[in-house]
Amino acid sequence: MRRMLNTLYVTSEDAWLRKDGANVVVEIDGSERGRAPLHMLEGVVSFGRPGASPALLAACAEAGITISHLDPNGRFLARVEGPRTGNVLLRRAQFRAADNPTRGVPIVRGIVAAKAANQRTVIRRALRDHGDSLPGGGREALEAAERRLTDVARRTLAATSVDLLRGLEGEAAQAYFGVFNQLLRTGDPAFVFGGRSRRPPLDRVNALLSFFYALLGHDCRSALEAHGLDPQVGFLHSDRPGRASLALDLMEELRPVLADRLVLSLINRRQLAADDFTVEDAGGVRLNETARKRVLVAWQERKRDELTHPFFGESMPLGVVAHAQAQLLARHLRGDLDGYPGFVWK
Amino acid sequence: MPASPIDRETEEALIPLSALQHYLFCPRQCALIHVEQLWAEDAATAEGRLFHDKVDAGRAETRPGQRVARGVALRSVALGVTGKADVVEFRGRDHLTPFPIEYKRGKPKAHRADEVQLCAQAMCLEEAFGVPVPEGALFYGETRRRQGVAFDEALRALTRQTADAARSMIASQATPPPVHMPACRRCSLEALCQPARLEAPPSVARWLAAQIGA
Repeated sequence: MRRMLNTLYVTSEDAWLRKDGANVVVEIDGSERGRAPLHMLEGVVSFGRPGASPALLAACAEAGITISHLDPNGRFLARVEGPRTGNVLLRRAQFRAADNPTRGVPIVRGIVAAKAANQRTVIRRALRDHGDSLPGGGREALEAAERRLTDVARRTLAATSVDLLRGLEGEAAQAYFGVFNQLLRTGDPAFVFGGRSRRPPLDRVNALLSFFYALLGHDCRSALEAHGLDPQVGFLHSDRPGRASLALDLMEELRPVLADRLVLSLINRRQLAADDFTVEDAGGVRLNETARKRVLVAWQERKRDELTHPFFGESMPLGVVAHAQAQLLARHLRGDLDGYPGFVWK
Repeated sequence: MPASPIDRETEEALIPLSALQHYLFCPRQCALIHVEQLWAEDAATAEGRLFHDKVDAGRAETRPGQRVARGVALRSVALGVTGKADVVEFRGRDHLTPFPIEYKRGKPKAHRADEVQLCAQAMCLEEAFGVPVPEGALFYGETRRRQGVAFDEALRALTRQTADAARSMIASQATPPPVHMPACRRCSLEALCQPARLEAPPSVARWLAAQIGA
């Protein structure tokens, strides 16, 4: 399960990537700013505009290193992928399961149960660490949300259709994001969460959440592709042209663990300030370039945190969990497991 | 005497020679590689790959008494396999008796997978050249020794039986469940196979209930 987690993030908007021997070289205005040996890399994510040389694209494709191009706001543009993925039998099993209204139930149940349980863990940790210092009513609100998430997680076990599970997922999101402000402890009005907004994010908390969800989405998509699954054919999320529905499915249970917790600690430890964000005329908020760099470092560090995988009972970095889950989903679809054991974080 | 063309369906049903070795090591490993198309490189497989590249890259040469060919493409319709021999020496006064040599990075093993792979090559050579191939050799990188192998009836029977079993498993497209054994530690696919966890997996619904405290 252990695998290298080195992703090269190129944050400068003017960076050009090229190959030099067995290295990737980052150039800005014709001068070399960094280099890394290809064999150390699992992926390259570039926020730059200029792009990468064909020689580098070919070398990465051959070595199974995925290059993702994002625009400076983190919006996905394109990816270059080598030929090593793809298992037609697994994809057929995935499609057959996705076409059958009852076949997806054990998968979606695993996802929704784990997601609600992980949201509950975020709240439990806040209660454990800061329960006594919460302002009036805060503690009671968190305790109520904790109970409601437990209730939702339990009800997923009896849910018999994907539609019922979708409803439970919505209920969990309401309970969780309803108290998200109680988890932000700086008292800084710049970091008030105004309810989930995405297109565009309307406050700094949403801008951060969206940024990490985009990164997590890339990781989940890569993990699915590495295990031969089609990232576009989902179970909780239905097909929509251009949407990586299965990557969104896989993300659900990992959002609280990887993204939400990191947003909370970056804000609560005051590692981000109000002016690390740009507020656009129409109200959209985004992270600026210098802050983006710090946030990516924090993201990479978070992915290196070791934990014990609940199903495998094996220690692994948090960043490998998406791979472990993709593998478990593949094993369920190929018949080794009678359900999908979602990642339950404690 | 080159092999004659065969019909397309037969050709497509040929399985790689390497599948025989994988099947004897572990049928699930064979299915993970040849049915599910999974592959994981570890130090051992990387060394093996480099080792074979080096062997195959050597040039064909003719010495008095024998001709040596490298990286020889082979197939047998009878066995239903296709693949490559590292080295084939053509021995005898007229250079008519093929003598296959397979290079292995490691050392001789207790199981007969290496001999079966070599025997399958011999049977391919017999089909291609129409002459008996009574023996060949395995060369082990770790001991730097050549070990002669006689293709007796017992080894040929094991080779045929393994080829049939591997071919029908691959044709069925089913992956057998894992069997956790000491050899798993030497398998580069262990992390993708998860034999310890999946040999007797729990009911996921019950596991999930326990995890969320229901």
